[in-house]
Amino acid sequence: MTAIITPPRVTDSSSDERQTAAESRREKRRRFYDRPGVLTYALLTAFFAGSAFPLWWSFVISSRQSSDTNLVPPAILPGPNFLSNAAKVFDTVPFMLALLNSVIISGAITISVVFFSTLAGYAFAKLRFRGRTGLLLTVIATMAIPTQLGIIPMFMLMAEWKWTGTLQAVIVPGLVTAFGVFFMRQYLVDVIPDELIEAARMDGASMWGTFRHVAIPAARPGMAVLALFTFMASWTDYLWPMLVLGPRNPNVQTALAALSAAGGQNPDNAMVLAGAVLSVIPLLILFFVAGRQLVAGIMQGAVKG
Amino acid sequence: MTSSPGRAARSPLTFRQKVSRFDYTYSPYFYVAPFFILFGLIGVFPIAYTLNVSLYKWHLLKGQGDFVGLDNYVSVLNDPFFWNAFGNTISIFLLSAIPQLIVATVVAALLDQAIRGKTFWRMSILLPYIVAPVAVTVIFLQVFNQYHGPIAGILELLGLDPVRWAFDVFPSHVAIATMVNWRWTGYNALLLLAAMQAVPRDVYESAMLDGASKVRRFWSITISMIRPTIIFVVITATIGGLQIFTEPKLFDGRTNGGSDRQFQTIVLYLYELGFPRRDFGRASATAWILFVVIVLVGLLSYAATRAVRTADEKRDRTERAAVRSNQGVS
Repeated sequence: MTAIITPPRVTDSSSDERQTAAESRREKRRRFYDRPGVLTYALLTAFFAGSAFPLWWSFVISSRQSSDTNLVPPAILPGPNFLSNAAKVFDTVPFMLALLNSVIISGAITISVVFFSTLAGYAFAKLRFRGRTGLLLTVIATMAIPTQLGIIPMFMLMAEWKWTGTLQAVIVPGLVTAFGVFFMRQYLVDVIPDELIEAARMDGASMWGTFRHVAIPAARPGMAVLALFTFMASWTDYLWPMLVLGPRNPNVQTALAALSAAGGQNPDNAMVLAGAVLSVIPLLILFFVAGRQLVAGIMQGAVKG
Repeated sequence: MTSSPGRAARSPLTFRQKVSRFDYTYSPYFYVAPFFILFGLIGVFPIAYTLNVSLYKWHLLKGQGDFVGLDNYVSVLNDPFFWNAFGNTISIFLLSAIPQLIVATVVAALLDQAIRGKTFWRMSILLPYIVAPVAVTVIFLQVFNQYHGPIAGILELLGLDPVRWAFDVFPSHVAIATMVNWRWTGYNALLLLAAMQAVPRDVYESAMLDGASKVRRFWSITISMIRPTIIFVVITATIGGLQIFTEPKLFDGRTNGGSDRQFQTIVLYLYELGFPRRDFGRASATAWILFVVIVLVGLLSYAATRAVRTADEKRDRTERAAVRSNQGVS
C-alpha cells in the first residue's frame, strides 16, 4: 500500500523546470529590463533604515537607561544594561509563564489549522464529490467575514463553559480558518498530478492511504508556509487574548501590555522597551530561520490568490 | 468517474469492493466536515448570535433582558460617540491606506529590477511585519513621546513647538497610522512585487521599442497589469483597517481611545460598550453596524480603484488618438 510512486521525484522535476524557466526569465530581464542605478539602492537603503530603526532603537534604549530616550540625535549604540532591564521585566510581570503560554497557544492552533486545512484543502483540490463547488464557494465567502465581530457571543460561551482565564479559551476559537483551507486548496491543485492519485487508487490504496502517502509528502512545503503564517498570526493577536486571559495567566502580548501600563504616569521606558524586545525575539529567530519561506509564501499567495 | 454500471450489474460486489466504493464516495465529506463543523461553531455561530443579542437588553453579568427590537441600533446610531469613533476610524484608515499603497508600489517597483542582493532586500522590508501590534505600539509610544522621544528631540532641534501626539486629534491619528504603515508597507510591497514579476517582459520590450519612456511604461503597463493585486491589497487593507483596535487601545492604555476619545475607533467603542460598560446588547448592535460599514467601504474602495483605471484608460485613449492625428498631420 505504501509502495506508490515516490512524490519527491515529482516535486523535484517540476521545481527543476520552474527553476530553468525562472532563469531564462532572469536572463531576459538582464538584457532588456532596467538596470538599477545608485538612486534605487539609496531609496531601498532609506526604506530599510526606516524599517529597522524603531526596532534597533528599542534595543539600544533597553540596554541603556530610561532618560536616554530624549538624546538628540537619538542614541544609536547599545549600552551595558540590557540584562538588568530584562531582569526587571521578569520581576514586574510573569513573563516566563507568558512565553510558555504563547508557545502552547500558537503551537496548538498551528497544528490544528494546518492539519484540518490540509485535509479539507486536499479534498477540494483533488477529490470529486457532490457539492464540491458550492462548499468551496462557501469557504471563499467566509474568508472575508471579520470573525472578530463575533466576540460578544464567543465571550458569553467562554463564560458559560467557565473557560475564561484558561488557555483553551484562546486556542479553541482559533482551531480552523477559512483562509487555511483556501490556501492549501490553491497549493495542492498544482502540486499533485491527478495521475498520481489515480495510480495510487489503481494500486488499491485506500483514500486515507492516498492522503497520507501521496498528498501529505507533496503538501509539505505548503503546510510549512501555512504553519509559519498561522503561528505568527496567533502569536501577535491581542484583542481576544486580552478579553479572556486574566493578568495571572497572560500570554506574551497581554503581558507586554500590562508591562506598558505598569509604571502609570512615569513608566520605566528602558524596562518597557526591554519587554518589547524580549517579546519580539521568538519571531525574530523564526524570521532569520524561515524568512525566505515567508517572503516566498507571501509572493506566491499574491499571484495565486 | 465511478465504476461502470455494467460491471456492477453482472456480478454482485464483494465486501471489499463495497467498502472501497463507500470509501471513495464518502471520504471527501469526512475530510471537509471537521472544518465546516468547527468553523460553524467558532466562526458562523458567534456572528449570527450577535444579531440575536443585539435585539435584546443584554447585560454582561445579568444576561438576557427584554426584547427591544431595533432600539440598540437606534441608540448607537444616535450616539455622538459612535460617530466620533466612525470619523476617527475613517481618518486613521485613510492616513494609513493611501500613503501605504503609494510607498509600497514605489518600493515594489524598485525591487522589480535586476538588483543585487535580492533576497536581502526582500527580507529586510518584511522585518516590521514580525513585530506584533502590541510591541509596535509600545515602541512607537516612545518614538512619539511628546517630551522625551526622538521625534520630540528633532522638533526641538529644528526650533519647532512640541506636538501633543497623544492629546490632539490629528497628530494622534498620524501617530497611529504610522504604526500601521510601519508594520504593513513592506508586506504589501511584496504582494505588489509578486504581481509585477508576473507581467510578461515582452510587453516592456515592445513598449521600449515603441519609444515609451520609463515613467510611461510604469504607468501604462505595470500599474494597469497589477491592478487586480492593487484591488486585493486595498480590500484587505479596508477589512483590517476598519477593525483597528490594538494600536489606539494601547496608545493610551488607561483610556479607551484618549482622554477625550480623540482616537477612539469603532472596535474600541464596541469594546467600551461591551466590557467596561457591560452593555452586550448595544455592543452587538455596533458589531453588526461595523459589519455593514466594512462591506460598504470595501465596495467603495473597489469602486474607487476601478474608477482610477477607467480614468487612466480614457486618458490613454485620448493620448493615443492625439499621437495618431499628429502622425497624420506630419
